[in-house]
Amino acid sequence: MTNEPAVRFRGAAAAVGGRTVWAGVDFTVDAGQFVAVLGPNGAGKSTLLKAILGLLPVSSGTITVFDRKPGQDRSRIGYLPQRHAFGSSVRIRGTDIVRLGLDGERWGTPLPGWLRGSKGREATARVRETIRLVGAEGYANRPIGQCSGGEQQRLLIAQALVRRPELLVLDEPLDSLDVTNQRSVSALIQSVCRSKGVTVLMVAHDVNPILPYLDQVVYLGHGSAITGTPEQVITPEALTALYNTPVDVLRDRAGRLVVIGQPDAPPEHPHGPQVHA
Amino acid sequence: MNPAGFLAELFAYPFMVNAFQAGTIVAVAAGAIGWFMVQRRQSFAGHTLAVIGFPGAAGATLLGQSPAVGYFVACIGGALVIASLPATGRTGGELGGAGEESAAIGTVQAFALACGFLFVSLYKGFLGGLNNLLFGTITGVTTGQVALLAVAGLVSLAVLAIIARPLLFSSIDPAIAGSRGVPVRAVSAAFLVLLGVAAAGTSQVTGSLLVFALLVAPAATATRLTARPVLGIALSVVIALAATWAGEAIAYFSPYPIGFWVASLAFAAFVAATAWQAAREHHGLRRASPNAGVRA
Repeated sequence: MTNEPAVRFRGAAAAVGGRTVWAGVDFTVDAGQFVAVLGPNGAGKSTLLKAILGLLPVSSGTITVFDRKPGQDRSRIGYLPQRHAFGSSVRIRGTDIVRLGLDGERWGTPLPGWLRGSKGREATARVRETIRLVGAEGYANRPIGQCSGGEQQRLLIAQALVRRPELLVLDEPLDSLDVTNQRSVSALIQSVCRSKGVTVLMVAHDVNPILPYLDQVVYLGHGSAITGTPEQVITPEALTALYNTPVDVLRDRAGRLVVIGQPDAPPEHPHGPQVHA
Repeated sequence: MNPAGFLAELFAYPFMVNAFQAGTIVAVAAGAIGWFMVQRRQSFAGHTLAVIGFPGAAGATLLGQSPAVGYFVACIGGALVIASLPATGRTGGELGGAGEESAAIGTVQAFALACGFLFVSLYKGFLGGLNNLLFGTITGVTTGQVALLAVAGLVSLAVLAIIARPLLFSSIDPAIAGSRGVPVRAVSAAFLVLLGVAAAGTSQVTGSLLVFALLVAPAATATRLTARPVLGIALSVVIALAATWAGEAIAYFSPYPIGFWVASLAFAAFVAATAWQAAREHHGLRRASPNAGVRA
């Protein structure tokens, strides 16, 4: 690991279709940190991730990823876009999905590993090791369409991790998971972050499942961003102003923060209201 | 009849040799390209391309050209048009927009069939040609046509081998593939052209309306039997070859047309695979862990 910051925003602004989504955004994510990007719908959370991936140019200011321009070093970033469940008709094994994360963009034919000599065996071993890391051995050989939402999400995280990226960019990975799976997938992401030293930048609309793990929070809203540690940023005043609706922040018996009143079931999501305990 | 005598009788006429050569080329290309079509859920686009081939072939005949050329020109042209339709926001929209534009494309299908019918009517000397164009004929493949099919088949399989991995990636997850640098739209357009070539080639054996016997049925059957990509493609090709060879042989010895036999054999394989999959899933469900069904 190097000591260069993983992601740095300096006075960055982004525009989509001529409309400025956010401007004057300044923050630094150090290598190995677990950072959440939060904010109301339409605040530009996914836009922020796209800018980091180099899929969308900044309209002013600069963004650097490992001290380089976004999009120049794709192999160091693992990306998981906003989820869509694979329907039951998708008849591809989880293993194949993870394998595509390793070399899916290379031209050629996806031959099985045993046909490709030592390189193929190495790739197969890497895929197997990553599947073990996310705890998906039990269902990696099933068609992914027959896996549950939580199982699919673990396999997609494995796909994002299989090239051993230094930065993991996740767009609402807990969205549409039930509470148990939200907890276990959050814990998995946290353990990858801590044990492998992978920097995690994660968009979430409900902060509670990941709140205990966060080093830093980037709150987008009103065309800009506030950043800091959870204790600095997650306050009733800051969140109430951000969401334009009363938000309370409580501490439970263990001293953990809990956010109450944060609107967490965005209307544009097609899968209906979510189950929260 | 001993096997050697059977084969000697089967290949006694050059037209049967041509039919088997054409059928072999077409089955391999349709089996492989069809597998990707099923993964991409572009069956509707594939069917549209096949239907567009009919006025192409009929129009070529009317103009005194070879229907084979008409099939290829119409199907590849149609593929380019579908590829240029604007992408839609929904998942799968990157695949050429065919899914979203189904009403418009359905209308185009009807118009294409109507044009083909007109061309056949205008060409007075074309007795029996309508049935052959729509449902295939075993006697119709010329030696020149076999050469054209061989070139088209080899080129399209070579292109498929080059784009296969990024094509699979962008079929399964266009957003992730795009973020990793796969030119998703270009790959999608290239695949539609391959689909056009496969539809045009298959039309010359099964006729325009029965293209799906080779383009979708073997691939759908293979997909039900295995979730492994390479094995799936291989199975799809084998099933397409088996249906074609058996269909041509039965058609030769029976009074019924080739299209019927090829389609029926492919259909039988599909039904058997569906039953096998249902039985296996039923068996699997009883063994599954309690939390396997958390998400529908």
